[in-house]
Amino acid sequence: MKNSKKFALTAVLLSLLVGCSTAPTDDTTVIEDTTVQTVQADTTIEDAAAAAGSVFYFDFDKAVLKVESRAALLAHSSALMASPRSVRLEGHADERGTREYNMALGERRANAVKEFMVLQGVSSGLIEVISYGEERAASYGSNDSAWEMNRRVELK
Amino acid sequence: MLSWKKSLLLIALLLASGSAWSELVIRVTQGNDKPTIIAVSPIALNGIQIEEDIGRIIEGDLTRSGLFSAMPRRDMLAFPATAIDVYFRDWRILGTEYLVVGSLIAIDDGSYQLDFSLLSVTGQKAVFEHSVRGTKVQMRDLAHLMSDKIYQEITGIRGAFSTRIAYVTANRVKGKFIYRLNVSDTDGAREKLMLESREPIMSPSWSPNGKDLAYVSFETGRPAIFRQNLVTAERQQLTNFSGLNGAPSWSPDGEKLALVLSKDGNPEIYMLDLASNRFTRLTRHFAIDTEPTWMPDGKHLLFTSDRGGSPQIYKLNVVSKKVQRLTFRGNYNARASLAPDGRTLALVHRGTDVFHIASFDLITGRLIELTETRLDESPTVAPNGAMLIYATKQGDRGVLAAVSLDAGVRYVLPARSGDVREPAWSPFLR
Repeated sequence: MKNSKKFALTAVLLSLLVGCSTAPTDDTTVIEDTTVQTVQADTTIEDAAAAAGSVFYFDFDKAVLKVESRAALLAHSSALMASPRSVRLEGHADERGTREYNMALGERRANAVKEFMVLQGVSSGLIEVISYGEERAASYGSNDSAWEMNRRVELK
Repeated sequence: MLSWKKSLLLIALLLASGSAWSELVIRVTQGNDKPTIIAVSPIALNGIQIEEDIGRIIEGDLTRSGLFSAMPRRDMLAFPATAIDVYFRDWRILGTEYLVVGSLIAIDDGSYQLDFSLLSVTGQKAVFEHSVRGTKVQMRDLAHLMSDKIYQEITGIRGAFSTRIAYVTANRVKGKFIYRLNVSDTDGAREKLMLESREPIMSPSWSPNGKDLAYVSFETGRPAIFRQNLVTAERQQLTNFSGLNGAPSWSPDGEKLALVLSKDGNPEIYMLDLASNRFTRLTRHFAIDTEPTWMPDGKHLLFTSDRGGSPQIYKLNVVSKKVQRLTFRGNYNARASLAPDGRTLALVHRGTDVFHIASFDLITGRLIELTETRLDESPTVAPNGAMLIYATKQGDRGVLAAVSLDAGVRYVLPARSGDVREPAWSPFLR
């Protein structure tokens, strides 16, 4: 919620700046500019979400969000609040350890992402969580770099 | 999300398929230090045409157990078919300890009888004589029955060559996986396709009478538990909750399934009564609780939980719901499979950095690493407790491997193509 206001504020400031730079001669022009800028503000939120990346990575046997995931998740949360739609969080694990435990781990990771987004104000009803455990690898090697790529939650 | 109809779904007609279909091949990598040397004389067919080489099937069974070394046919001086044709001195010179001879005869009702004898070369006498009967399509069954009888006579342990294994294969075709649930003989022959899907298939579990499998399929777009009859191929969806629907384990009396549901927020162990379709929640903890497996008394379950900070094996009383932690050594012990002695557990254990299969003695608390591969998982113990099969990796490929519970014997069962995983050894079938 807070974050969406922040975005809205940024948009207004931008519009004011743009408004100034166009050097309006009367009130009418300013109102038109603001209207245009409102549309652009929405686009900005969605652009930010789109640019943010939709895959979030985790440490082995952990479901704690990494610091580097936060900015992207904030952007996605704002976008979902601005224009609500149903999304799916797919939780995954690397191949190490047992398959059913990894199913549980993938779900725990997806739930960690969901909780974060709900805390930002996204309606929990919009978020579907599913775990694929280690069944759908993003990278097929049996090494650290592949495993890193596979311990993830994908926002779809 | 894939709909029921869209997901490619194929239930095989359970026609006996020939060994040419089989996806598994077997290589013995380590046998017993002092295997018993046994010679299996080719079975006399008396003009009967059959596809299988019964003697070779028996040699394969006994060799795979690691306790036997089969004498090559080319070293044999004669191919006796009955005990009276045997010159014991010839076999003693060759170093043979036991000799198997047999003969197939036709019976008027379209079935065949296999008369066979196990002979002690050192004792110069027949240990036993026995007959088995079957139709032409059952020649492999007859061979495995012979192996069971011979194995039990010499080792004192019931043979498990007539049992079957269920497993999942995954093949990547044009970037997409095709998952198959198969059942085959323990030597990989007579593979039968139970289910084919473009969505993951996991965690097959045998009913105690060996007639049904329970498993997890994602064919509806989410995980759900199904049961399927092995003879009729008839199947039924048992669960459809939001969240995890996983890790089914059939109770010893066949009336219940232990399973995992996360519909209440996190994974918990439930018990499903199959007759009433009633679910009973057994665990109540915010941690991961999964991979239940029944103790033979039908009153306790073993399961994996990370409630202590890392995955460990716990024991649960299904009536009192009391929980007791069993494993303490290492920071990862999971997916317990109980040997038929009710005391030895096979489990996935993380050693220093790699995942091995280990045995864990419930009474002494001793944990022994059994495997030398890495990324080992899904141990399943044979119903006679002699061997266990598990899933591991060779290069980037998933393969099945077997190891004896004393770690003395090993073999691998790679698929001919793609990955093979999630083995489940059947109970005794007769």
